[in-house]
Amino acid sequence: MAALWSIPAVQTATWAFVKVMIILNGMLGVVSYLIYAERKICGHIQARTGPNRVGPFGLLQPIADVLKLLFKEEFIPANANKVIFHIAPILAVFPAVVTFSVIPMGPPPMFVATDINVGLLLFLAMSSLGVYAITLGGWSSNNKYALLGGLRSSAQMISYELAMGLSTIPVLLRSGTLSLVGIVENQAGWYALGRTPLALPNWGIFHWYLILPFVIFLITAFAETNRAPFDLPEAEGELVAGFHTEYSSMKWALFFLGEYMNMIVISSIAVTLFFGGWHGPGLMFGVHGWLSEGPAWMGLVWYLIKLGALMFFFIWVRWTFPRLRYDQLMGFGWKVLLPAAIANVLIASVWIYIRGGM
Amino acid sequence: MLAALFFGFAALLVVTSLMVVLHKNPVTSALFLVLAFCSLAGIYLLLRAEFLGMVQIVVYAGAIMVLFLFVIMYLNLQHDVESGLQIAVRRGIGWFVGALLLLVGGALLKRGWALGPANEVLPDVEQGNVAAIGRSLYSRYLFPFEITSILLLVAMVGVIVIARGRTRHAGGRAGGAGGVGGGA
Amino acid sequence: MIPLSWLIALSAVVFVIGVVGVLVRRNALVIFMSIELMLNAANLAFVAFASHMRSLDGQVFVFFVMTVAAAEVAIGLAIIVHLFRLRETVFVDEIHLLKG
Repeated sequence: MAALWSIPAVQTATWAFVKVMIILNGMLGVVSYLIYAERKICGHIQARTGPNRVGPFGLLQPIADVLKLLFKEEFIPANANKVIFHIAPILAVFPAVVTFSVIPMGPPPMFVATDINVGLLLFLAMSSLGVYAITLGGWSSNNKYALLGGLRSSAQMISYELAMGLSTIPVLLRSGTLSLVGIVENQAGWYALGRTPLALPNWGIFHWYLILPFVIFLITAFAETNRAPFDLPEAEGELVAGFHTEYSSMKWALFFLGEYMNMIVISSIAVTLFFGGWHGPGLMFGVHGWLSEGPAWMGLVWYLIKLGALMFFFIWVRWTFPRLRYDQLMGFGWKVLLPAAIANVLIASVWIYIRGGM
Repeated sequence: MLAALFFGFAALLVVTSLMVVLHKNPVTSALFLVLAFCSLAGIYLLLRAEFLGMVQIVVYAGAIMVLFLFVIMYLNLQHDVESGLQIAVRRGIGWFVGALLLLVGGALLKRGWALGPANEVLPDVEQGNVAAIGRSLYSRYLFPFEITSILLLVAMVGVIVIARGRTRHAGGRAGGAGGVGGGA
Repeated sequence: MIPLSWLIALSAVVFVIGVVGVLVRRNALVIFMSIELMLNAANLAFVAFASHMRSLDGQVFVFFVMTVAAAEVAIGLAIIVHLFRLRETVFVDEIHLLKG
């Protein structure tokens, strides 16, 4: 046993496995309470309180929901393709969970499961694989509404993936590495505003050429996760719940879970690319003494704060804006966002070249 | 351990490719092909071509196969019903040719059996695979890179023209243009 | 350290499976998928040699092959869709107006 442990590859793999288990279970808990948070926030935006009966302030509502879903009847439509019908919900969760393994939640090496040097490409690859869940779910249900919802959603997702990938290129140009840990480490420190005594953190978003990419990334994030105002594929009013019409009980819960996990993952990537990841004021000062042990977990705290803020923004937008019509949606993605993202790459590269390289 | 991972991915690749070719339902064939691409991406990662591995998933598994699935769903294709003596004969000939090719390939490989291990260290490995490929693409292979963009543009225009179908005015003109293009 | 011979053998096997697919199947889409298998087998050979000869040219070429494959798939599928509109079938046996 000790001989096996002495191989560094085995050590790395075991620690990565432990971290992945922690992240997986943690995220499952976070997702259920995110659903609770969404219902509470939705309620308050609509001038009512959300669930407040089950437990104090309705905090046990997710547990009640899970119990209800476990006991619902599982119904499989008659001519559905059984194998694909069962696989589709799993495919909804799988890409999001895989992306979690490369997101840095705190200073390395403890808070990153693995740091591969093409982390950003892995995220883009997994978001490309996320299209399959909805396409196959819609098709295998043998139901016209589901098929239409599934095809619409996949067309929307692959259209907005382009703009999302292109909008991350200015970040890549600035940090010079595709590794997510490298991108965050590049956002350390502060930079002075001209000759004034003010200083801004060196986060991505405080550089002018990364503001528009951030806006584009956020808009495409809404489209990628099929959330309002881009949620026509699962619209309750128009399409009878779209691609998950025929899914019940735990399979539907898996789709739902997949959607929220996707939301958390894309928010995490936005935090990593544009908001400085785990950096925060507590880490900057580097005071000796008791504060110097703080930094490691302080990084995790800052990351969670930024993540929470971004997810609140997601929920806020959902209950504020009306839905886009499908042709408006596709026109916006191809005719507005894609040229804007390409123009951004041009502007960012010219600016970085003028400033003398990375 | 690398060999064990390679055998795993290789076995997955061969099995899924066989299922692509053998299965009756086109949707299942397409899904097995996605799995084959993902196992091929795993092999690329083992060969330290991580950029290509990720791009394989983004382009092949994430875009091209989605396109295949769209077309299969749009055409509403069911199981392939194939029976009859003629088809069985053609199938036999197909498998025989395949076995023949494999034997020829094996014989050729046996002559020059490259036993040397694949080198672990690639040039510019400290800058990373992506930076090295980028440098190569923009200096030595710049011309093919730019021509590829024109190729993609041509493909896009071609797809839109083909998939649009015939309109009333384009019927005669398409025939005339096709004749002129074929002659030139 | 994976021996080059294993990689080339794997590439050959996948290529032959693709060839058999093109010869045996009648469905145009499955034939197309077998062509993609052949292209990928060639890609694997390129990457294997790039790794063996310590050069990145093989990987760059794979990049171009992927681009060409994407363009080819798009156009091929458009042709198949158009053909389906005209002939109501995707089986290559039944598209034989030029025969005889």
